[in-house]
Amino acid sequence: MGVLAMNSAQTRRGGWSWWYLLFVVQFVAVLWPPFYNSAAPHWMGIPFFYWYQLLWVVISAVITAVIYLATND
Amino acid sequence: MQDVNWIALSIFVLLFGLITWLGFAAANWRKGDLDLLHEWGLGGRRFGTLITWFLVGGDIYTAYTFIAVPALAFGAGAVAFFAVPYTIVIYPFLYLVFPRLWNVCRKHGYITSGDFVRGRFGNRWLALAMAITGIVATMPYIALQLVGIQVVVGALGISGSGLAADLPLIIAFLVLAAFTYSSGLRAPASIAIVKDILIYVTAFTAIIVIPIELGGFGKIFAAVPAQKLLLAVPGTKTTGAYGSYATLALGSALALFLYPHCLTGILSASSGHAIRRNAAMLPGYSFMLGLLALFGFFAIAAGVANLPEYAGGFKQFGNNFAVPALLLHSFPSWFVGIAFAAIGVGALVPAAIMSIAAANLYTRNIHREFLNKNPSDRQESQMAKWVSLIVKLGALVFILFVPTQYAIQLQLLGGIWIIQTLPSVMLGVYTRWFNDWALLLGWAAGIFAGTAMAVAVNLKPAYPLALGGYTFPGYIAVYTVILNLVVVIVLTPVLNALSARPAPVDQTAAADYYA
Repeated sequence: MGVLAMNSAQTRRGGWSWWYLLFVVQFVAVLWPPFYNSAAPHWMGIPFFYWYQLLWVVISAVITAVIYLATND
Repeated sequence: MQDVNWIALSIFVLLFGLITWLGFAAANWRKGDLDLLHEWGLGGRRFGTLITWFLVGGDIYTAYTFIAVPALAFGAGAVAFFAVPYTIVIYPFLYLVFPRLWNVCRKHGYITSGDFVRGRFGNRWLALAMAITGIVATMPYIALQLVGIQVVVGALGISGSGLAADLPLIIAFLVLAAFTYSSGLRAPASIAIVKDILIYVTAFTAIIVIPIELGGFGKIFAAVPAQKLLLAVPGTKTTGAYGSYATLALGSALALFLYPHCLTGILSASSGHAIRRNAAMLPGYSFMLGLLALFGFFAIAAGVANLPEYAGGFKQFGNNFAVPALLLHSFPSWFVGIAFAAIGVGALVPAAIMSIAAANLYTRNIHREFLNKNPSDRQESQMAKWVSLIVKLGALVFILFVPTQYAIQLQLLGGIWIIQTLPSVMLGVYTRWFNDWALLLGWAAGIFAGTAMAVAVNLKPAYPLALGGYTFPGYIAVYTVILNLVVVIVLTPVLNALSARPAPVDQTAAADYYA
């Protein structure tokens, strides 16, 4: 690995990346209760309020994994 | 109270014995010199991605969480589910802020938030404020872990009066104290692996078996009273339950990694990469916590509160008895033994980490700073070992002699207090712009206002802030950390202008924050 490549890896690790904006998505999705405070549609008998938030646990993990893969060498 | 459940009790005791052995054996795991504080108190910063996952998982998702969140769902309904958005929004913070903190702490040998703040801002009084806040916020947290043990021991049918009633708790405490003393952070790290396997087995079995027994999720949710099923829709001129739900999630998330035990878990990781990977992997626990919250509804649907055999338990432990009663009602004794052991051991892991973290804070930022400035390595780690015992003893005394309600209320206040270290620690990782005394005054303003607001609403988490004819009920921690930050930002230029002294030296350099 050349010096240049190492330098760019360093800046990327330490500095800002536009990929981080993806994190905003999960904040909006789960911190705005009007989006999900309803019983319908049910899924397997579970009201929307509950399965929506559980689904977002999975989505947020995927988002974080994507950001990790995109910003770490 | 029901009779002693011998099968469940035998399995419980067997698993507890296994854990005890493991806790002591851990001293030789990834062997290091336990006379060095960073070896005893941070496991030598050698835990890779997977061990960090177990350790931090055991740290955040504690036994008390597993009892209290479903209990809240059982009693209050939908609002308990705030634990889910809460444990979603913590991970961006973990991903972005804490690898930087890890880097600078490793570079300079810092093991507490107080160490970092001392080095960054050069003010030992500010570091003292961090240390005291951390210790005071942690103590009731340890006490609540012991409540978790108390509830499952009671549910096993062990009861008595006087000393006999408290004996199981005292034995558990002695075990905990002894292996923490001898093995340091290696003990909870190794135990966390066993504990989590037990917890995952319990949770996933229960989430499949109980709904089948009860006739499906449709029937379960039909049994939940309508007003508990969803958040109350806010009226006009107020953000109502929506505001408190969202701010409770956000504020709890901001506060979480400021707790000493969480920081200890993170700093013991072997690299910033391990921390980032964990931000993607720890939601595994969040998902399980969400499922466990549903157990509160299972308990409603199963009608355990009306069964005579559990009346004594509910009388003694209130809604905290909902999960143990549900497990007793739904499973054969041997499985109940495994599930209760998972909860009991689930209390030991965080309690051990918490006492280690509090001991690190006292040793580094109070004792070394103010009492004995040049301890030998051995003296320093010996001091921490003793303090870890004293901290746990304090928690035990608290639980034995003070009503549980006080521990719960103090833990609530603890969350409001610990978030006041955010500007110094989390923002301090990014900027040295703040004046050190301004940070201390902002901290004091936040602590004072937060305590006053909590007292004004009878020690509830949400305060109805009134502004221009509108009411915004919201988590006090969020409101007061904003106040804290405003004070810091306003006072920083003022104090810089007033003071003739040069700014204290920043020990850290910009490059220290990167890998």
